[in-house]
Amino acid sequence: MASMSASRPATETLASKAPTDWSGPAMTARIKGRYRSEFVFKYAGLAALVVAALFLVFLLFTIVRDGASGFRSTDVKVTVTYDPTILGIDQAAAKGPGGKQLIEQGNFQGLLTTADTGLGVGTNVVSEGAWLVLREAVIADPSLLGKTATLWVPTRSNFDLLAKGKFDLDAADEARGVNDADIAAYRQLESRGLLKTGFNWTFLTSADSTTPELAGIWGAAKGSLLTLLVTLVLSFPVGIFAAIYLEEFAPKNRWTDMVEVSINNLAAVPSIIFGLLGLAVFLNFLNMPRSAPIVGGLTLALMTFPVIVIAGRVAIKAVPPSIRDAALGVGASPVQVVFQHVLPLALPGILTGTIIGMARALGETAPLLLIGMRAFVTEIPSGLSNPATALPVQVFLWSDDVARGFVEKTSAAIIVLLIFLMLMNSVAIYLRNRFERRW
Amino acid sequence: MADLNAGSVVAARNAADVVTTKMTARNVNVYYGAKQALKDVSIDVSQENVTAFIGPSGCGKSTFLRCMNRMNDTVASARVEGEIKLDGEDIYKGGMDVVQLRARVGMVFQKPNPFPKSIYDNVAYGPRIHGLAATKADMDAIVEGSLRRAGLWDEAKDRLGESGTAMSGGQQQRLCIARAIAVDPEVILMDEPCSALDPIATAKIEELIDELRGRYAIVIVTHNMQQAARVSQKTAFFHLGTMVEYGDTSMIFTNPSEPRTKDYITGRYG
Repeated sequence: MASMSASRPATETLASKAPTDWSGPAMTARIKGRYRSEFVFKYAGLAALVVAALFLVFLLFTIVRDGASGFRSTDVKVTVTYDPTILGIDQAAAKGPGGKQLIEQGNFQGLLTTADTGLGVGTNVVSEGAWLVLREAVIADPSLLGKTATLWVPTRSNFDLLAKGKFDLDAADEARGVNDADIAAYRQLESRGLLKTGFNWTFLTSADSTTPELAGIWGAAKGSLLTLLVTLVLSFPVGIFAAIYLEEFAPKNRWTDMVEVSINNLAAVPSIIFGLLGLAVFLNFLNMPRSAPIVGGLTLALMTFPVIVIAGRVAIKAVPPSIRDAALGVGASPVQVVFQHVLPLALPGILTGTIIGMARALGETAPLLLIGMRAFVTEIPSGLSNPATALPVQVFLWSDDVARGFVEKTSAAIIVLLIFLMLMNSVAIYLRNRFERRW
Repeated sequence: MADLNAGSVVAARNAADVVTTKMTARNVNVYYGAKQALKDVSIDVSQENVTAFIGPSGCGKSTFLRCMNRMNDTVASARVEGEIKLDGEDIYKGGMDVVQLRARVGMVFQKPNPFPKSIYDNVAYGPRIHGLAATKADMDAIVEGSLRRAGLWDEAKDRLGESGTAMSGGQQQRLCIARAIAVDPEVILMDEPCSALDPIATAKIEELIDELRGRYAIVIVTHNMQQAARVSQKTAFFHLGTMVEYGDTSMIFTNPSEPRTKDYITGRYG
């Protein structure tokens, strides 16, 4: 700059320069080039969007195609005689007080395997867990003892899959996955109208099982809910207070810089490391229960906390300083400024960040594997220290299972997980719109 | 600009005869980190007069204004030396309650900054946090009185529940003035209150300043020399962090004693 102005004054250069030719060939070429790059950029962006949308559609399509049948199950109509001697229940005592316990101890499993179920096919059609249906029926109506009744019970997984057309019956025997006897029995039962396929309430209300037709997602879903509850209760207040302190009160010095860098690094740490930390600290050092939602929640809280701090700081930073000045100017104390002005305005951003963090925690599998939440749990967890598993872990477990019936369960579990995620994101959007204010 | 020299735009209102000193500053130096923003500023601000700070951008006039209610405390790198007194009490002394001070020395900012709350809540916020109203009726009275004094009552009385941010720029600034006077301060500091407003809104604010004169000690920072001439009785000219000249507005605009003041007033720079 200095040398230029020294040798030749700017005014002289401008005056001696030929006037710009706005319509010359060089300029026309430049304009054409500009339009071309705009065109390329526009359609490259559109193409990227279309590719992304196609992937999403493909993903959703395959999951729904494979998983939709997981929400349906096949029942078979059986006729059973509730023989008190096979059941080992004293008929008179069952009607008296304490009869319920007596019935619960009855040998319904034996009844189903030994007694004639009126199906008349040479193979075992009913599910291993079908005796539970019989027991429920008798508990509901003890007068059924000694009588004969018909009722619908779940079939074995193979019959369920046959009813849904999941087997390729034209394939060679070895590749078919189902034997001739089952196919024959299925055809016979179907022609007699003894089979029906309906909504699978078992799937939505029960926990995991070794047999596909009895396996349900609710145990894992409740495990996830309990885990997320712990995560939210711990990481939300801690994260917000940390964000407020760092943004509004902390002095700006080397220490706070280091804290900031550490928090940003923490947010980028692979989740399995948090699992190892949870294993070492909560299980080995603090001797907390294995496979429990409380430990899962603690571990995921460690992971979610930096996300909330970062989202919170960004949201707090976005509140215009003029609002702080205005409040300070009428004599509000710093705490009043934060809680009466900054926080309400930052809340939509904080909530959005929190829910995104929670959604990430909901989908997290790796840390939960390490703290034992990959356990096979057939009980629906009722408390924070009960053994439990979580939705993504359940997907992982089922996808690993050899039984054919779990294929559709895996996809169905993914659908449930995606519905949970979509619900959480909808809540995030709702909260953001609800609390958003303009200034 | 030549008009100014002739004194035709200068306010007809002269400085008050009886003058009570409200705030005094002695040898105030302000540093932002290593950079010195204000050098050795000493000034007396009176209760009866409107005092204007004028000067080119970056001359330190806003910095000085923000020292007068310790708003500079929010800037981490700012350091204030010297002595500023409100009614003889050093506002930078150890036990000074800054929150109380800011209630006594209110501030109106350059950009209208109403809270994103209702008009009513904007005005009621200050009295509420300081416990100035015992009942709802008291609060209503404070809100109405403040809006009336800010000349906003007629425009706002039917829409008290609406958001303050939905008003026009000029109305927002008067709302901010109403919010400042609702706390019943002793001094009102105005930091270029009209720089974001159109001429009609500016005229209204200037009228308002004139009406508030005497009730509150008013200090106004402005870029606009005609405005200083119109609304103030005392003017201080700042340049490069020093206070060059301080005196009656009529004197500063017609017969400045410093050549730098004269150059600025006549538009030679700034």
